[in-house]
Amino acid sequence: MSERLGIVVSGSLTKGMEVKLDSSASIEDMAVGRFVTIEGAKRRFFGMISEVSLGMTDQRLALTPPDVADPFIAEVLAGTSTFGTLHVSPTLVIGGDAASLLEGPQPVKTVPSHFSVVNLASERDVELVFGSEDAKRFFIGNPLDMETKLCLDLEEFVKRSNGIFGKSGTGKTFLTRILLIGMLQKSQAVNLVFDMHNEYGWEGSSEKGTKVKGLKQLFPSRVAVFTLDEENSRHRQVITDFAVKIGYDEIEPADISLLRQTLNLTEQATEAVYRLRQRFGKDWLSQTLETREPEETRTLLDELDIHESTFQNLRRGLATIQRLPFIEPKPPTNAVKAILEHLDRGTNVVLEFGRYRDITAYILVANMLSRRIYAQYQERMEKAMAEDTTRPTPLVITIEEAHKFLNPEVASQTIFSTIAREMRKYNVTLLVIDQRPSGIDSEVMSQMGTKITCLLDNERDIDSVLAGVSGRNELKSVLSKLAAKRQALVFGHAVPMPVAFQPREYGSAESYRGFTASGKTGTKEDIEKLWE
Amino acid sequence: MAEKERVGEVIEASTTTLTAQCYELYEIPPLGSLVKTGDSSAELYAIVYNAATTSLEPGRRPIARGKDETSEEAIYRSSPQLAKLLRSEFGAVVVGHKEGDRLYHHLPPQPARIHSFVYQCPPAEVREFGQSFDFLNILLNAGLPVPAEELVSAALRQMSRAHKDPRAFLVAAGKELAILLSGNLNQLKAILGRIKQ
Ligand SMILES: Nc1ncnc2c1ncn2[C@@H]1O[C@H](COP(=O)(O)OP(=O)(O)OP(=O)(O)O)[C@@H](O)[C@H]1O
Ligand SMILES: [Mg+2]
Repeated sequence: MSERLGIVVSGSLTKGMEVKLDSSASIEDMAVGRFVTIEGAKRRFFGMISEVSLGMTDQRLALTPPDVADPFIAEVLAGTSTFGTLHVSPTLVIGGDAASLLEGPQPVKTVPSHFSVVNLASERDVELVFGSEDAKRFFIGNPLDMETKLCLDLEEFVKRSNGIFGKSGTGKTFLTRILLIGMLQKSQAVNLVFDMHNEYGWEGSSEKGTKVKGLKQLFPSRVAVFTLDEENSRHRQVITDFAVKIGYDEIEPADISLLRQTLNLTEQATEAVYRLRQRFGKDWLSQTLETREPEETRTLLDELDIHESTFQNLRRGLATIQRLPFIEPKPPTNAVKAILEHLDRGTNVVLEFGRYRDITAYILVANMLSRRIYAQYQERMEKAMAEDTTRPTPLVITIEEAHKFLNPEVASQTIFSTIAREMRKYNVTLLVIDQRPSGIDSEVMSQMGTKITCLLDNERDIDSVLAGVSGRNELKSVLSKLAAKRQALVFGHAVPMPVAFQPREYGSAESYRGFTASGKTGTKEDIEKLWE
Repeated sequence: MAEKERVGEVIEASTTTLTAQCYELYEIPPLGSLVKTGDSSAELYAIVYNAATTSLEPGRRPIARGKDETSEEAIYRSSPQLAKLLRSEFGAVVVGHKEGDRLYHHLPPQPARIHSFVYQCPPAEVREFGQSFDFLNILLNAGLPVPAEELVSAALRQMSRAHKDPRAFLVAAGKELAILLSGNLNQLKAILGRIKQ
């Protein structure tokens, strides 16, 4: 049954409760992050241990320590003259008042009375708070040291932009796969994943060198793999649905501004792009790259007031783009149209980059495609609202290395900061994955609904992830004590309170069975194929 | 009532203490032991805090007699009247009472009556009484001529003998003392030193 820990002796709503540990409970068994319930006179409170400390009634004991070598004396003093204290932050009311009985856990507005008994939370209590799996809730892992399932309300999750953070090798990619499956199964949203390292669509690998299945292997009828590098995909024996080519005329000046650093462009060069765009219209890129007579070039530059060296700097940069094999003057297919057709059918799209894993290609393609897809969504959404017709399927766009798009310097030029800031006005939200959250514009960070973070060891990264969260200091100590792999802290919109957890295992046959079985949408056929 | 061992008779009583004279010379209940007096309608519990053996007649002090004897016993053997000239008494501090079946760990409404019999409590009754440590507070604050740490530790040692697990009993009592004496560390240490197992 419930394991009694002690009693509340003091505290406040803002600072949390001081709990004097019973002498029968050993201080060394207490761990920061464990859940407790406090049995108030009228309400039951739910909270987390955030600090463990030692106290004594008489400071003279510290000066002349009693003969604790004598087990009798040690036993007598434990819990009386010397005692343990816990600091507990109550965050929810889970019973007792009408609202919490009818509507589930409620945020706390008061504190338990003096000497209320504090118990270790039972599995049932934890389940009450974090819910069990249902039509909207998806099992993402287990709270640390507990058997109970931690479930995330994915319908709520996709309503806002979200972030997954953690330093390299902590499990961001694995966690993202789990969440993508969750969204595929439990939310109405479709996903568009810009898959820089080819690990989400068809197949990825683990650090141990074994292969892990991607989304399409698990849910073939619900996922389409698009590729920028057909040859590479074929080589990896990936069944692709579409080869993406990008036309010169699809590239806009804003895309170039974004690439200023990676292309080594001067500020003047990025400004010149806008003038060239104005002069040549959609055809500006080929026109800029065209070889002209020196005389002709001079006239053009004079006309546009562009310096010769600026122009050369720009041409060098643009040549880098031109050399990308998936960039063509006039491609026969329209990638944006194809992506939208898939999304409209409820098919999730993973765009893999093949060999083009350098950041230039990634930023260019992700930003360009997202911008145009977002424009379509915007248009359709406005139309749907005006005419009261069906709205486009909610869309979640997943990007990696998010700080390259969302750092304060370029954020304003990318479509992504617009999406993050407008929340889901146009039914589009982001899932950003990053190992350097401090590089992301703080305003964008503050717009994220739910954040899931694996271990971070850089102080600035920790601060940026936890900025604006209540109970920051407590969370900081929990975050810094996460294991280096496969442990994470989740907080924000989609969970009733912050919780450290171990993500579900991903990669074994057993785990795939779990993922495909729990889905309401995984067709029988899908599952059959999996075991062939 | 074979189980109850009658040890004496009350000869002086107040609200907080009583003095009893033993029926047999030197047959004094041990320091710290639990005794009771009164009838079944109102019983009164007390803890022995002091004892003395003196001459029956005040003013007539006994004199040394053993110069030519070989042992102490021989003195008594050669002067059998001695046992009649001396008496043993003990003082006990009242720590609770019983009305009907209910046990109270605080002072009774009335003091003991003179000539009421005093019994040594049997182990079962000691255990029952020892379920509450409220008596410790009375002992610590009684202001008796014996040092409180001596009396408290003697009482606890005595009581622990009636328990199956004397150590567990003493630890529990020790914890109670640690709380009562949180402002008096030296006294706490003194008592714990005297009861440690
Ligand atoms: N849920 C999980 N199930 C099984 N193994 C996991 C899980 N999470 C992490 N791992 C292990 O940890 C390793 C690193 O995880 P992952 O590749 O997701 O890290 P990452 O944070 O994406 O790293 P990087 O920043 O380098 O991309 C995996 O290869 C795998 O072995
Ligand atoms: Mg990764």
